[in-house]
Amino acid sequence: MKRLIKEFAKGIIRENPTFVLALGLCPTLAVSVSVGNAVGMGCASTFVIVCSNVIIASLKKLIPDKIRIPCFIVVIATFVTIAEMTLKAYFPPMNRALGIYVPLIVVNCIVLGRAEAFASKNTVIASLFDGIGMGAGFTLALILISAIREMMGTGKLFGLTVFPGFEPALAIGMPSGALLIIGLLLGFFNTIKERAK
Amino acid sequence: MNATQFLVIFISNVFIYNVILSRFLGLCSFIAISKETRPALAMSFAVLFVTTMSSMITWAIYRFLLEPFGMTYLRTISFILVIAAFVQLVEMVVRKFAPHLYRIFGIYLPLITCNCAVLGVAVLNSEMFFGAKTPVLASFVYSSFQGFCVGLGYMLAMLLMSAIRERLESCSVPKAMKDFPIGFIIASIMSMAFMGFNGFRF
Repeated sequence: MKRLIKEFAKGIIRENPTFVLALGLCPTLAVSVSVGNAVGMGCASTFVIVCSNVIIASLKKLIPDKIRIPCFIVVIATFVTIAEMTLKAYFPPMNRALGIYVPLIVVNCIVLGRAEAFASKNTVIASLFDGIGMGAGFTLALILISAIREMMGTGKLFGLTVFPGFEPALAIGMPSGALLIIGLLLGFFNTIKERAK
Repeated sequence: MNATQFLVIFISNVFIYNVILSRFLGLCSFIAISKETRPALAMSFAVLFVTTMSSMITWAIYRFLLEPFGMTYLRTISFILVIAAFVQLVEMVVRKFAPHLYRIFGIYLPLITCNCAVLGVAVLNSEMFFGAKTPVLASFVYSSFQGFCVGLGYMLAMLLMSAIRERLESCSVPKAMKDFPIGFIIASIMSMAFMGFNGFRF
């Protein structure tokens, strides 16, 4: 049990996919305009990571080593299609806001990275917890970035004014702001890592 | 088909919605391989080739297979498989028939499968031009041209970035900001410059 909790917790801080491993940055930057989008993207990605981890871990003996990457991609793409259809059917506004970044979860390096580095070598239960932890870490990172961007870009969070009398910095809501914020955050987390050593 | 449409596709994909700086596709390779100009250029040529070719292939699949049979929900899964298979094939062909070329950009080819720019342009094309509403020839030409322009945009951003980062080698960057963080901040400033193209009207 202790080990499972460890597998879960490592994804959130020590091996956070976004800030420590620097994986899957494309969707992170693109959808972090508002916290709502970030939560939607985080949930969809978590679903894909967890399901593909479980399926790949249970199929690892059947998949030949040489063609494992295409096999992983098929499994991942199946779950992405499920997520895409669910979003389209039940959350059409979210689907429109996330746009082409939903199908692009397939090429999110975190998903394939976890399949290759963890699920193909570990048990089903461990992979399940690893998937949940990685998904949670990714979602939290997305929420952090989008909260900063939404507050600075519009001056509001969930429609409430955070800083009265604050002139919103529009550029933060634009693509260039996303790159700036992620650069500064990566630098910040690097500093913490150095201190912790 | 008219010339204006081509101009619009060219300007919007290379400058306004630059694949890296505005759409955030292919960021991983952009940050990882842009330390020197030569590998950056080799990678860009590989991406240019693959985006163009994969636009054509995915067009054929979508137009003649998925759409007539009402299976468009299989878009993601079929596109990524076809792209992966195509990249693998190109790698084998290049290794066999042009070993010299393989030494220059062969090692970047496997990376391209997982480059979001390639799948991104296929999905984008399928939403813009692949549908039955566009006439067959126009749909094919527009989508392959868009694939080509996305590749050009990638190359432009990559070359600019690698040139800046080569200069950066001789600057003293704070230790915590080395490599990735400073790369993103430079990209942010470049993206701000590209925002200037937003005002184009046709």
